[in-house]
Amino acid sequence: MAALLEARGLKAYYGPIPVLHGVDLEVEAGGITALLGANGAGKTTLLRAICAMVRREGEIRFADRALEGLGTEDVVRLGVAHVPDGRGTFADLTVEENLRLGAYTRGDRTRVAQDFERVYGYFPRLRERRRQQAGTLSGGEQQMLAISRALMLAPKLLLLDEPSFGLAPLVVKDIFRILRAINREQRVSMLIVEQNATSALDLADRAYLLETGRAVMSGSAAAIRCDEAVRRSYLGY
Amino acid sequence: MTALLHQIFSGLAIGGIYASVALALVMIYQATHLVNFAQGEMAMFSTYIASSLIGWGLPYWVAFGLTLAISFAGGLAIQRIVVRPVQDAPVLSVVIVFIGLLVIINSMAGAIYSYTITPFPSPFPSNAWYGNSFISPHEAGSIMVTMGVLALVYVFFRFTPLGLAMRAVAQNPVSSRLVGIRVGWMLALGWGLAAAIGAAAGMMAAPIFYLDPNMMGSILLYSFAGALLGGIDNPWGAVIGGFTVGVLENIAGAYLVGTEIKLSVALVIIVGVLVAKPSGLFGRRLVSRV
Repeated sequence: MAALLEARGLKAYYGPIPVLHGVDLEVEAGGITALLGANGAGKTTLLRAICAMVRREGEIRFADRALEGLGTEDVVRLGVAHVPDGRGTFADLTVEENLRLGAYTRGDRTRVAQDFERVYGYFPRLRERRRQQAGTLSGGEQQMLAISRALMLAPKLLLLDEPSFGLAPLVVKDIFRILRAINREQRVSMLIVEQNATSALDLADRAYLLETGRAVMSGSAAAIRCDEAVRRSYLGY
Repeated sequence: MTALLHQIFSGLAIGGIYASVALALVMIYQATHLVNFAQGEMAMFSTYIASSLIGWGLPYWVAFGLTLAISFAGGLAIQRIVVRPVQDAPVLSVVIVFIGLLVIINSMAGAIYSYTITPFPSPFPSNAWYGNSFISPHEAGSIMVTMGVLALVYVFFRFTPLGLAMRAVAQNPVSSRLVGIRVGWMLALGWGLAAAIGAAAGMMAAPIFYLDPNMMGSILLYSFAGALLGGIDNPWGAVIGGFTVGVLENIAGAYLVGTEIKLSVALVIIVGVLVAKPSGLFGRRLVSRV
């Protein structure tokens, strides 16, 4: 399969401090790739580096375009939607306004209207609460809103930073089920960062294991799951 | 009673000017978390531009519209050229830049137009039907113009995609980038809008205060008091605060402290708000967990 996103020797810095030390990564078109690793391994930083939210070096290509020198807005406009950690919803704006902002860069009104229906279809709760301020939603609803806002961009690639963070297990199960449906039905590729390695490996086709800013292992989700070391360190059995 | 009503109405007229400048201050504050000390001088310079345009024989309202457009472009340019390079600098550096802008614009106005006080025309004829014993035609007209400007700004922010994007940027610049909004340009646009709003206020103020390079000094102080009173992070609170300060100032000037030390009313309000309720009437209380 062709790689939609391809990084070679990707380094990223917070100020002078290097956090990624040259990561090679590929995300297949149409697939779901999981990024596993302990706290501080650089998973979130890797997502931020893709979106040019941190200073980065190394080669990085998206849909056969080099991303070097592009700002966050330009990467987003190429079709990369990022659901950041902490969800990043606009708390004082309504649910509907949040979604409208998600489609900010798109001109085609009929398509945008269809996508409103589509995300309300995936997350009916958001339709019920569309006039409500985003800050008044529950944690699970805010995560749904963050994912929906990203979908409103009609992205080719969805970057998800810990979508399960701080949510009840049932809600997490629901959200992962919908993510899989979105991947199948909308052909949106995903790169997902998760602490919850079991759910992430269930969802993903491929996975990378990050340790202190390096990719130490990669392969199909099934192979990674069977690996002795991964099982003991990250799956806990 | 008539005298009191008269004071209230002319307070509302001046309050509209304060409200506009307060709104401009809040717009910049939301983006930069700093008060633009040069806001008043920008408005003053815009008013001089209007004065020149009228002097060249343009009809008043053409000059008015043209001045708004020029001020918008000027505010945009100031943000791109002067403010943007220091946007990540420490707070004090930015404050110094704002004060520098204040001094530069003030001196430029002095050098170009001289420091002599000049009259500025009112577009509202002195025998207009909307003038009566409570309110002069210019005061009534000024209220209409400032209300019109405020209504336009409201419609822009509430109902247009661009306005929504600007609100998003004020709230969460990081997420705004992630939906593809060009945050840098939105900030510049905010400066342009603030400059245009200030220009409208300046043109309404000049017939009352006369035009000179220091015209906006006390107006800025009252507007700041209004913005603080309403809540420096709440645009519509700032508007209400501006009107309130205008009325309070006028009544205090007429009945309590006299016109000579009227300006101290602004300072009393500023100190009072900061001591009693720093978030203002409609502002959001910032709570940080430690």
